[in-house]
Amino acid sequence: MNVLVYLVPVALALGFLGLAAFLWALKTGQFDDLDGAGWRAINDDDLPEDKRRGP
Amino acid sequence: MADAQDFSHFVRRPAEGVSAMDLVVNGVYCGTCIVTIEKGLGRQAGVRGARVNLANKRVTVEWDEGALEPPVILERLEALGYPAFPFTAEAADSAELQEEKRLLRCLGVAAFGAMNVMLLSVALWAGAEDDPNSATRDLFHWLSALVALPCAAYAGMPFFESAARSLRVGALNMDVPISLGVILGLAMSVLQTISHQHGTYFEGAVMLLTFLLAGRLLDQRMRRRTRDFAINLSAMRADRAMKLGEDGEARETPIAAVGVGDLVLARPGERIAVDGVVEDGRSEIDQSLVTGETAPVEAFPGALVYAGTLNLTGMLRVRVQHAGSGTFLDEVNGLLAGAVEQRSSYVMLADRAARLYVPVVHVAALATFVAWLAIGAGWQQALTIAITVLIITCPCALGLAVPAVQVVAAGALFRRGLILHSGEALERLSACDTVVFDKTGTLTQPRPGLANVADIAPADLALAGRLALASRHPLAKAIAEAAGPQEPLAAEEFPGEGVTATFEGETARLGSVAWCGAEETAAPVAARWPDASLIALSRAGRFVVFAVRQALRVDASAVVAELARSRDIEILSGDREAAVALAARELGDVRYEAELKPADKITRLQALMAAGRKPLMVGDGLNDAPALAAAYVSISPISAAHVAQAQADALFLGERLQPVADAVTISTKARRLMVQNLWISAVYNLIAVPLAVLGFVTPLIAAIAMSGSSVVVTLNALRARDARKAAR
Repeated sequence: MNVLVYLVPVALALGFLGLAAFLWALKTGQFDDLDGAGWRAINDDDLPEDKRRGP
Repeated sequence: MADAQDFSHFVRRPAEGVSAMDLVVNGVYCGTCIVTIEKGLGRQAGVRGARVNLANKRVTVEWDEGALEPPVILERLEALGYPAFPFTAEAADSAELQEEKRLLRCLGVAAFGAMNVMLLSVALWAGAEDDPNSATRDLFHWLSALVALPCAAYAGMPFFESAARSLRVGALNMDVPISLGVILGLAMSVLQTISHQHGTYFEGAVMLLTFLLAGRLLDQRMRRRTRDFAINLSAMRADRAMKLGEDGEARETPIAAVGVGDLVLARPGERIAVDGVVEDGRSEIDQSLVTGETAPVEAFPGALVYAGTLNLTGMLRVRVQHAGSGTFLDEVNGLLAGAVEQRSSYVMLADRAARLYVPVVHVAALATFVAWLAIGAGWQQALTIAITVLIITCPCALGLAVPAVQVVAAGALFRRGLILHSGEALERLSACDTVVFDKTGTLTQPRPGLANVADIAPADLALAGRLALASRHPLAKAIAEAAGPQEPLAAEEFPGEGVTATFEGETARLGSVAWCGAEETAAPVAARWPDASLIALSRAGRFVVFAVRQALRVDASAVVAELARSRDIEILSGDREAAVALAARELGDVRYEAELKPADKITRLQALMAAGRKPLMVGDGLNDAPALAAAYVSISPISAAHVAQAQADALFLGERLQPVADAVTISTKARRLMVQNLWISAVYNLIAVPLAVLGFVTPLIAAIAMSGSSVVVTLNALRARDARKAAR
């Protein structure tokens, strides 16, 4: 059962990491516009002209 | 736009040297729109950045202070193809947003707690739980307590606060048993842990909070979304007035910046933006939005004019008596106050369920405790079982039952062009049994159209269209629209009379029947269309008479027929008897009352309600506002007067009446799903509570039962999406 000594802290730390990521996302407004984010992801404007695929 | 405009009212200063403005934008639907707007505005010199929010159709623009004038941004957006309207976010709006973010934060914490405690609990349930002297079990219990207690203390706050508020005024709301269950469950678990016992409820308590917070968040989001759209709408109405400055120059000013006593210019063909007294100028005014009466009235110095009415023929200078939110008749105002009070007595389904539920839960837990003591169990065992009853009856499915359906149904309605002002409107809509329509602007199209287009030769119509293009008169606009795209003639306009031009060597006139001398030709047309305004065209000694009227919406008959299958239909109108009778006949001999004053409409609605009916009022005019507020539930078209929109429970978009019928079918279905959900919760309790009372429920069973019922209720709510299919 000695494995618990590090497994439990690892599990809790991962949980905290997830919670911290969620709170960060909330604070930086990631949930403010749920519809727009999906469209921004497929936007090619950050690529140079020749790499873009036509519609 | 050549007129000078004043936008200082809308400009914020978020940081030193930065100006910002929030705009509602029409027609943003996809990623292309985002790119076009953000890039297009970004190219404008001085603009620091623009950010589109697709969810609520708004843009925030920031620019270097003084680098450009706000109208430039609006013009730029207009040029990009997106008409925009500035608005000021109200303080209440951001308070709602804060509350939503707080709930989301609580949900995050609760979900984190539930996952981690569950991780430990599942390990225990796999074997260690029943081992009488396991040090591992105690360790896991302590670890669970370490995670669950702070998480519950934080995430439970919304419930604890609400329960405390409710107890302070001596009432019991749903949050009281929730708070009791969570606090007692945790306290008992800590005691069990200290005394090396099995059977702790750490995971149950935190999971309960997670599900309840999800329900509460949906409820809050629904409320904010409906508010967001209400704010968008009031911004889009583009309420601006031509304010005359000290220097005598007219500036286009947002209505919020016009004060009592200011002088405002009302141009022909435009809606008057304020209530006031005419200082000088003569004109005719279309008051149909205010009174429902379609025949125009005279305006002269000293006459009162009302916001929302249409100035037809001449330029007026108006001294403001009310502006902004205060723009309506005192009579309407007084009637409204009384009507609104009556309606607030409605009790929502979820609250009624809670009223029934809360005492039952407390009595059941107490009875369990007493019964177990009576049959000789130790007080500790009796208390444990009683607390189990409290936890298992905690209404997490009940908390999700109604908001989940509301959110899904409101989304379905929104896609069909109907915007709800509140979630409870859905419940009241479903219960309505009589549909009362206003005529002008509701059953009929908001703008007039050419009625006798079939009787007119194409060449005459084309010439009339070319002449009509020279005029700003709304009747001329209707003719121009009917004629289609034409080349304008170099015509001369005589305000209040008509336009004239030379066409193929002869003088052609388009204008009032009297001005053209076409009385004889007009008589049969007037008899055929009693509710129409007549316009005459004279060319080469011939006369053609056009009947312009607000025709019924294209699907009005179909929608009325659809509604009539399950509900009674009535028309209450302020318009003339002949006009209303004609519309009622066209719609299939609907019961109607004409020439009603606002108070008469209320009297009729109150008579209906006194007879036990639940009327749905559909109306758009200022004269309908009190009736909209007095009715059991109400809907307005988007073109409605300001006050009417504020009183309606829902708004519908577009030229069709179909959303009204959809509202009734979808809300009926939604209501059925809500009741189903409440029954699912009840059946779950009927099974779980006896088990808990008898002491058979373990923490594992509690966890499975609670999450199971919540998931079933949520899945059932999703069925509100395809309500249309079910209705057929």
